[in-house]
Amino acid sequence: MNARIKFAVVAALLAIGLSACGERPQVVQYKQGTYSGKPDTPPWDNARFGGNKQAWVDAVNNRAQSQNEYKSVN
Amino acid sequence: MARMKFLCDAERCIECNGCVTACKNENETPWGVNRRRVVTINDGVPGERSVSVACMHCSDAPCMAVCPTDCFYKTEEGVVLHDKDMCIGCGYCFFACPFGAPQFPNGPSAFAARGKMDKCTFCAGGPEENGSKAEFEKYGRNRLAEGKLPLCAEMCSTKALLAGDAPVISDIYRDRVMHRGKGGEAWGWATAYGRPENANEGAKEQKREGAK
Repeated sequence: MNARIKFAVVAALLAIGLSACGERPQVVQYKQGTYSGKPDTPPWDNARFGGNKQAWVDAVNNRAQSQNEYKSVN
Repeated sequence: MARMKFLCDAERCIECNGCVTACKNENETPWGVNRRRVVTINDGVPGERSVSVACMHCSDAPCMAVCPTDCFYKTEEGVVLHDKDMCIGCGYCFFACPFGAPQFPNGPSAFAARGKMDKCTFCAGGPEENGSKAEFEKYGRNRLAEGKLPLCAEMCSTKALLAGDAPVISDIYRDRVMHRGKGGEAWGWATAYGRPENANEGAKEQKREGAK
């Protein structure tokens, strides 16, 4: 009887103690291209782009091309 | 979809600190807060290199992982932002960040007098109304909502600092390396920037580098 109680106590302690050793992901699970977080308005949701995401992407990508002087010179 | 990134070409950076000045002026950051800075390796020695560093808007950002109040978030276009109303100024993000991006302006916060964390927003503001006064005061200008890129990159005199959608700026950098004929010898070049259609040029370039 005594041994049973001891066994039960040890088993319970082990279960509680080892429960903290589980491998859980420590990093944020971020899925590329999806929004994750606080309420915030996307940059295309305004009067200029009128919610047209593709128009915004095109505007930014066009602007990025001004950083390529090989294109602007040649 | 856009995945906003910075890329600094150390072959071109002349350590003028124009990016640092542009950022400070555009976002009106307080004394002691430099969202961007220029780091020089082997200063004064022939072959010295400078690189402009700020928040790199990591794909798997460690600051987001360690923040106890979960104040960080990632926008659809891949910009890492944070909510200053939730920040307690604990400084964990500063220790986690490999680039030293989080800055603390000194001021009231839950932990000591560090103040609420401030960092580069890729000129994308924060979780306030786009272009509002509150957004500007807390996070600085929101240029992305105006269809513009971060001012640090747009102001860069030698175009060493590139900003924009990752594939677009990779293409610009790849073009540049192919034209100038160096830079592609870096370890991992083929993986990062190589493309099947450029394979021959890459091989020629390697041969040229080997012959030197």
